[in-house]
Amino acid sequence: MTRPPTTHAAVELQNLTKSFGLAKIIQGVDLAIDRGERHAIIGPNGAGKSTLFNLITGKYVPTSGSVLLHGENVSGKKPYQINRMGLSRSFQITNIFPKMTVFENIRCSLLWTMGYRYSFWHLIDRQNSVSQRAEEILDQINMVARRDELAGVLTYAEQRALEIGITIAGGADIIMLYEPTAGMSASETNYMVDLIRKVTEGKTLIVVEHDMGVVFDLADRISVLVYGEIIESDTPQKVRESTRVKEAYLGSVLEEAN
Amino acid sequence: MKHDTENSTVPSAAQPGRAPLIAMRSALPWIIAAVALALMPVVFASGSALTIMNQMAITIIFALAYNMLLGQAGMLSFGHAVYMGLGGFFCMHLLNQVEYNELYLPLPLLPLFGGLFGLIFAFVIGSFSTRRAGTVFAMISLGVGELIAACSIIIVVFFGGEEGVSGDRTMGPTVFGFDFASQLEVYYLTVIWLLLAALGMYLFSRTPIGRIANAVRDNEERAEFLGYSQRNVRWISFCASGFFCGIAGALFAINFEILTEENLNLATSGSILLITFLGGVGFFLGPVIGAVVFTLLQTVLSLYTELWQLYLGILFVLTVMFFPSGLAGLLAMHVRPWKIGKLGLLARPYVQIAGPGLIFVLASAAVLEILFHARHASIGAEQMSLYGISFNSHAVAPLAFALIVAAASLFIIARLAPALLEAWGDANHGDSP
Repeated sequence: MTRPPTTHAAVELQNLTKSFGLAKIIQGVDLAIDRGERHAIIGPNGAGKSTLFNLITGKYVPTSGSVLLHGENVSGKKPYQINRMGLSRSFQITNIFPKMTVFENIRCSLLWTMGYRYSFWHLIDRQNSVSQRAEEILDQINMVARRDELAGVLTYAEQRALEIGITIAGGADIIMLYEPTAGMSASETNYMVDLIRKVTEGKTLIVVEHDMGVVFDLADRISVLVYGEIIESDTPQKVRESTRVKEAYLGSVLEEAN
Repeated sequence: MKHDTENSTVPSAAQPGRAPLIAMRSALPWIIAAVALALMPVVFASGSALTIMNQMAITIIFALAYNMLLGQAGMLSFGHAVYMGLGGFFCMHLLNQVEYNELYLPLPLLPLFGGLFGLIFAFVIGSFSTRRAGTVFAMISLGVGELIAACSIIIVVFFGGEEGVSGDRTMGPTVFGFDFASQLEVYYLTVIWLLLAALGMYLFSRTPIGRIANAVRDNEERAEFLGYSQRNVRWISFCASGFFCGIAGALFAINFEILTEENLNLATSGSILLITFLGGVGFFLGPVIGAVVFTLLQTVLSLYTELWQLYLGILFVLTVMFFPSGLAGLLAMHVRPWKIGKLGLLARPYVQIAGPGLIFVLASAAVLEILFHARHASIGAEQMSLYGISFNSHAVAPLAFALIVAAASLFIIARLAPALLEAWGDANHGDSP
């Protein structure tokens, strides 16, 4: 896969809109996320965070405007085509292969990028490079001990960690995570943040998250989405001080946090 | 402990160039199966037994191919007889070409052509039917199934109308002196193809595409976000299934030398679903068990009773209700007690319940048989014979006796059941040693 010159942002949204019937959920979003940046998208419930996420990953087709990946327009492309361009995502609701083992979950996530595609002329157990890479990823997400368990029987936090493993396994350079710490205890959250930081080292990270502690801890830049528009996009410090953000959203959340 | 030293993060699977193509341990079951199949005609030498075994082998291939969709790729097809049937019809025409136009085609190679025809047809139909899984796929498969079944009456040139297409397998060139006139030669031809096809399907499930088919079955959205087009994955699985169905169709043509509308219709499509589900969709061997049980009921039980389909239906309903993972699942439930060395705990309750269970089955069947005979016997033919006893089916006493025996054995089963359940709990309790 050849990459276009580095002048392009990793992800760029140009005047992006999305309507469902008469409801305009995303109303003209412009945003550029640089390579290697850790970008968080926050906003109140119903702001359109998941819609924006699904527009970038190809689950939804934009009503107007465009999504650019490394400068290339991907609007209207299928999720698998976008994935092949180096973008990988996790989901709001844990999205793994519950009837397969942890190892096989990871192995399946590797097959496309390791060039096996739709092969029926390789025996999968004999592809040592795939097995080796899968073991490495298991080690990265600290799940070697759970290798042969069915993914469906893991604890919730383990399933979330496995999903991070599935998301990064293919070697995508843009990682999008949706509420990776939702529903976790404080210690699980800390563990998850460390894990995310470790496995996305050097990659572009886009994360939607409710936990402000996680957001301000992890992000280089934060975009605040309110009613389908980005009202602020800046460093954590500036976003924290922004009066607009305080009025619209963060004021109440930050007070609660204090 | 001594295991501690072995606990390292170095992957154990990474030992390049050491494994032989197929490890001895995984080849062993195949070798045993091959030897057993080779020896079967020694035990069951009669012509009818050979016919039953041939039919079984064909049904096994068909059911395994069907399970490539249902079990491996999560696609429920209601019209899969079409791919076996069309493969069979095509081969029948090829046989006729061999006979009348002196086309050179040794009979043992015919299944390959049947498979290719099934593959081509699955490729065409799959191009639109596999876009969506679930209900949409099921409905399209039903529609296509009905369409082809209807065509078989209309397009007489290819399908031969109501009498179908027949031929003669012995007209081709002889292969190593075999002309395949005898049932035994056909048996060996069939089981060789059975082994090849089953091995092919087994290996397919262990390729990247086979594993991704499981992934798409479990979670198609996740698979899309891993770079895989769910539609292409389903399409490839569908084509592979069509190929093996075509092989089954060709073997059918070789065995029975006739194909009719019955090979394509929805009843046949329905029974392969039933067979596969009965055996267990979650296991590679499930369809094999289903096919063996079904063929035995169909061929052997049908000799003794006209009600065999009712019994099959009851067996199917009971399996779906109580053992949704099928007969193979029922067997697999015993793996854990066996592994932890507690299978012995089950022996006593099983033996205790076997007697009353058998009596209950026989008595219930007797009730059904007596009722059936009483309703359908021609006037004056009121004598019926059951389990070697001859009696008047219109009298009250035999029916009452059968009912009482059934009720009594059911009562005993109910009394024994708690002990069985308790033993089952004990046998599954505890960790592996």
